[in-house]
Amino acid sequence: MSNSPRRARIAASVLCATALLVVAAQSSAAEKGAGYYGYGTAPTGQEIAGWAIAVRPDGQGLPPGRGSVDEGANVYAEQCAACHGTFGEGTARYPKLAGGGNLTGDRPEPTVGNYWPYATTLWDYINRAMPFPAPRTLTPNQVYAITAYVLNLNDIVPNDFVADRNTLPKVQMPNRDGFNWTDPRPDTKNAACMSKCQDPASVKIMSTAEGKDLTPRTTGPLDAMRPK
Amino acid sequence: MVFRLPPGARPAWPLQMADGEPGSGNRRTVLKQGLLAASGAMLMPGLARAASAEAAPPGDPPWSQSIGPGVVARTYGQPSDFEKDVIRRNVPWLTATPESSVSFTPLQDQPGIITANGLFFERYHAGRPTVDPAGHRLMLHGLVDRPLLLTVDDIKRFPSVSRIHFIECPANGGMEWRAAQLNSLQFTHGMVGCAEWTGVKLSTVLAEAGLKTNAKWVLVEGADGAHMDRSLPLEKCLDDCIVAYGQNGEALRPEQGYPLRLIVPGWQGNVNIKWLRRIEVGDQPWFTREETAKYTELMADGKARGFTWLIFAKSVITFPCPEKPLKGAGLYEIRGFAWSGNGRVQRVDVSFDGGVNWTRAQLEGPVLPKALTRFTLEWRWDGKPVLLQSRAVDETGFVQPTIAELRAARGVNGVYNNNAIQTWQVKADGSVFNVQLA
Repeated sequence: MSNSPRRARIAASVLCATALLVVAAQSSAAEKGAGYYGYGTAPTGQEIAGWAIAVRPDGQGLPPGRGSVDEGANVYAEQCAACHGTFGEGTARYPKLAGGGNLTGDRPEPTVGNYWPYATTLWDYINRAMPFPAPRTLTPNQVYAITAYVLNLNDIVPNDFVADRNTLPKVQMPNRDGFNWTDPRPDTKNAACMSKCQDPASVKIMSTAEGKDLTPRTTGPLDAMRPK
Repeated sequence: MVFRLPPGARPAWPLQMADGEPGSGNRRTVLKQGLLAASGAMLMPGLARAASAEAAPPGDPPWSQSIGPGVVARTYGQPSDFEKDVIRRNVPWLTATPESSVSFTPLQDQPGIITANGLFFERYHAGRPTVDPAGHRLMLHGLVDRPLLLTVDDIKRFPSVSRIHFIECPANGGMEWRAAQLNSLQFTHGMVGCAEWTGVKLSTVLAEAGLKTNAKWVLVEGADGAHMDRSLPLEKCLDDCIVAYGQNGEALRPEQGYPLRLIVPGWQGNVNIKWLRRIEVGDQPWFTREETAKYTELMADGKARGFTWLIFAKSVITFPCPEKPLKGAGLYEIRGFAWSGNGRVQRVDVSFDGGVNWTRAQLEGPVLPKALTRFTLEWRWDGKPVLLQSRAVDETGFVQPTIAELRAARGVNGVYNNNAIQTWQVKADGSVFNVQLA
């Protein structure tokens, strides 16, 4: 008799395994083999190279070319400073690129210096999306140079640093180990209690949006409320 | 077809006729005067009120004593002019430019689970590109046996599926971490919409290319100026993702990625790449700017969470709300939406006393996985102030948290993934305010 729970468990796991097999069979039946439909064409190497712009932290995707901090200062002044400020301090509400304060402080501003984990990502982003009004207009050398300059603004690389496909992946960013890449949620454990879930005396309004004057109107024409 | 008036009858309201339609000079004059009067009435509230008084019984309103515009007077339909306030709206002080910004769905005026295509919230990182489908391509390469270059027509030839799913920006409610800030349902919860999406399963396209055995991650990238890109684990791509071209009975709207976007059901909005043009298969994530510098959550201890893609269970009462106050004591139907990226909404409870006691609301079907779900509750208001809340539980048993719990777990610097229970303070005069409780 002491064996029967074990038998039940074995039976259950056989059932589970069978179910998994069935599911696997169904999904493989749903998807055909490579080339089954035969739609589209094979892109040429040149076509792939033109669009494959993503760069990984190990440097995969970085093109040939190079740029120094000094060269970067010039390109940055022309292409970037109007929005990001000469020293990466940011203008108006455009992103600050340097400084930003301690990440445990009050209202820290994440920047390349205090937050970005990989220098390669900076190259990738400038190359894919900047300058904001004219993305994909910079040469690889210009992107390397701006990257070097912004890293130098943050005191991450010395004044004589030259960015290229070999040096950038080796740059140690200050916040390299500041991320947890595994989602720890659920991190709250509310219970679906139905009655007397808390002391009524503890129910207090701690903040209200009433009278804060932050809310654009929600009737009539769009509100052109000034940036605060 | 000819419409005839009864003998002796004279139109009290203009017959609105298509340009070029034959008519007597006299009638044309009458028409012009009538149209002037009509447009005047629309501009002047006093006249509009008079018109609506005349419209009530026993009177017969002008629109019942005339014929309206004919077919194809509007070849693409528009909402009634009287719904002109129901529009996407933005918070101008939030962002540097409207090209890298967000607009909000007017949830206070959304009756069912489907968000109208013209009202679906926008989130752009480099504005809304105008993509010519004839010139658009989807390239698939990397760790695959057969790299592919597909036209939009090629994509449409694959077997198709249609699914109803919400899309929510994880920054929805992001302004509310420290305190109640915005007195509006639209601005606290409007970065969400729900639509029927039609397209080909991403797994089908990946199988057509043939995955190498070391394939583990997939980069998806847009054709916009931001070349918006995210890394996704292969498992999710093979599960339920869709390369979509249809949205609620028509082509994707440009705002939603025309001609192709990725749908990643239940995951945060920004991974649902719009204007999708490239899919690269790899063996590790790319750690793009959007998944390192942005869309990561800074915790109180200075560490950040990344790859927090899933939208956890959330709900909000859409009536009453700050935009839709109560008009005196009496019987009301409380209405709202609940949703979860983890499957179906299992139940929603409503509290009138700030969370001390709860009442089970009714789910109004369809109750679909990873879709907005309606809930309702009949309520007789005695005219006294209440603190109104809704709390969703999804099919995993996860219970929507309070803002106090979220702050205790994460601090206030995280910006993203605020799925807190919303509290609406209803005052004795029926007005409604966004508040946060201890």
